[in-house]
Amino acid sequence: MAVLLIAEISAGALAMDATAKTLSAVSSLGDVDILVCDANPDAAAKEAATLKNVKNVLTAKIGNGLAEGVADTVVAIASGYSHIVAPATAAGKNVLPRIAALLDVMVITDVSAVVDADTFERPIYAGNAIQTVKTKDATKVVSIRTSGFDLAETGGSAAVKAADAKESALSSFVEDRVQSSDRPELTSAGVVVSGGRGVGSEEDFAIIEGLADALGGAVGASRAAVDSGYAPNDWQVGQTGKVVAPDLYVACGISGAIQHLAGMKDSKIIVAINKDAEAPIFQVADFGLVADLFDAVPEMTKLVKG
Amino acid sequence: MKVLVPVKRVIDYNVKVRVKADGTGVDLANVKMSMNPFDEIAVEEAIRLKEAGKIDEIVVVSIGVEKSQETLRTALAMGADRAILVTATDDVHNDIEPLAVAKILKAIIDEEQPSLVLAGKQAIDNDMNATGQMLSALLGWSQATNASEIAIAGDSAQVTREVDGGLQVIKVTLPAVITADLRLNEPRYASLPNIMKAKKKQLDIKSAADLGIDVSPRLEIIKTSEPSTRSAGVIVESVEELVSKLKEAGVV
Repeated sequence: MAVLLIAEISAGALAMDATAKTLSAVSSLGDVDILVCDANPDAAAKEAATLKNVKNVLTAKIGNGLAEGVADTVVAIASGYSHIVAPATAAGKNVLPRIAALLDVMVITDVSAVVDADTFERPIYAGNAIQTVKTKDATKVVSIRTSGFDLAETGGSAAVKAADAKESALSSFVEDRVQSSDRPELTSAGVVVSGGRGVGSEEDFAIIEGLADALGGAVGASRAAVDSGYAPNDWQVGQTGKVVAPDLYVACGISGAIQHLAGMKDSKIIVAINKDAEAPIFQVADFGLVADLFDAVPEMTKLVKG
Repeated sequence: MKVLVPVKRVIDYNVKVRVKADGTGVDLANVKMSMNPFDEIAVEEAIRLKEAGKIDEIVVVSIGVEKSQETLRTALAMGADRAILVTATDDVHNDIEPLAVAKILKAIIDEEQPSLVLAGKQAIDNDMNATGQMLSALLGWSQATNASEIAIAGDSAQVTREVDGGLQVIKVTLPAVITADLRLNEPRYASLPNIMKAKKKQLDIKSAADLGIDVSPRLEIIKTSEPSTRSAGVIVESVEELVSKLKEAGVV
C-alpha cells in the first residue's frame, strides 16, 4: 500500500503545519510520496523532503494549484497508490472531490481519525455527530482535518523527482488578494482571539487584534462578524470557515452558535467574554467572564503585557 | 443561456441535531427541513444573473425523497423557472452520496445542456463539500468553488473565491460549475403572490432508475456517535482573576 499526499502550498512555499500533520495522520497506511504542485515547486519540494518517513517527493509545475490541472496530474499517477490524501484546506477541498470523481470513487472529506486503511471518522452536522465510514472503493481519496493531529518529524531526506504536470486550459489564474500579516497562521496558532457580532464595527476589531498581539496569537471571527464586514473572510472560524484547536481560544462578544462551536470546541482552554450571561458560549468555556468586552478586553491586554 | 441549480432538502440549520441512541444515524423524523442555505444562495445568484440579463432560464433540480418537491417549490417561489425532481430513495435517512448525485446531475445536464451550474459549496448535513467538484469532473468542465463574486462576460466567468489566505480571483471557461460561499449574496424571501405562482410552475418527476444511475453507496456507515462534549467551567468575577487562572494553566 502506498499513499500520495498532495502538499499544501502557500504563496510558493510549503505550508509545513498542514502538510506535516496530514503526513502524521496517514503514515501508518503505507509508504508516503508527497506531490508538490506549483509554478516553481523546487524550494517547497526540498523542504518536504526533510519530513521523516517520506519515500519520494514528486514535483509538478502547475501554477497556482488550479484544480483541473492538479486533478489531471494526480489521476495520471493514481494507479500506483491505495490512498490519495491532502489536508482539508481550501485547496485540498477544492481538488480532492474532482480527483475522486475522475477515478469513480467516493471522496471522504474532513477526516478527524484514521481507524484503519478503509475506515475513517468524520464530523457531520457541524460536528454535532461523528460518523465512522468504511469505504468499498479500491482507491481511497481522503482529506484530513489537521487540527487533531501532531506534526510529523523532520530529519528525513527523501528523493525528489519530477512528475508529468498536466496543465489545463479550462481555467486561469487572475490574482490573489491576500493580506500579509505578521501574526501566526490561524489554523496552527497556539493562541486565537476571536471577535463576534458584539464587537460592533471594523474599527473596534482593533481591540481584538490588540489582545491577540499581546498574546502572540492569531485573530479569528464568527460568521456574524465576517458577514457584517467587521473582519475578512479568511478569519472565519466555524462549520464553513476554519477549524482551529489552539492551546487558548478567547471568544469575545461571540454568542456561540453551533456553527461557530464546530470550528473551535477542540481548543484546549476556551475563554468566553460576553455581557450576556445566558450566551451558549459559556456552556463550553473553561473560564467565563460576564462583562462588556469594551472594558474587559483592553484591561486583559494591559494585564497580559504586564 | 440556461443555468441549472441543484438544491438539497436538509435539516433546518436552526434545529438541534440528535444522534439516534442505536448509533445508526441522526434522527430526521418530524424534524423541520429546509433548503440547504448554500443552495439558497446559489438560487439567488441565478435569479440575479437572470435579472441582469445574463441568463434566460433557471432550472432547479433536487435529488432525494419525494418530499424534496417542497424545496423545489421554494426555489420556484424565489424566481426559478422550472424544476426537476429525481427520486432516489423513499427514506429521508438515506443520504445519497455526492458521487451518485453528481452522476444523476450529469444525466440531467446531458438532456438540458445548460451553460452554467450554480451549486451550494456544501450541504450542512453531511458537510461533504464535494458534489460541485465531482460534477465538474464528470462533465469535463471547469470549476470554481467557494465563490463570493461572479462576473459573466462572453464565454467565460471571472470568479472571486474565498480561500485560506483571503481571496483568489480566477477565470473559468464556460460551461462551468461554480459553487456558492456565504458572502455571494443574501437570498430573498419569496413573496406570497410568488409562492402562489410557483404552484403552477412546471415540476417534472423522474427517478434515478429512469436515468440508469446506480445510487448504491460506496461508503458503509459503521456508526454515528455523539461527539465528545465539553462541560462548562467556572465563571470568573474579574479580568484579574481570569488572567491569573490562565497563568496557572500555563497558557499566558
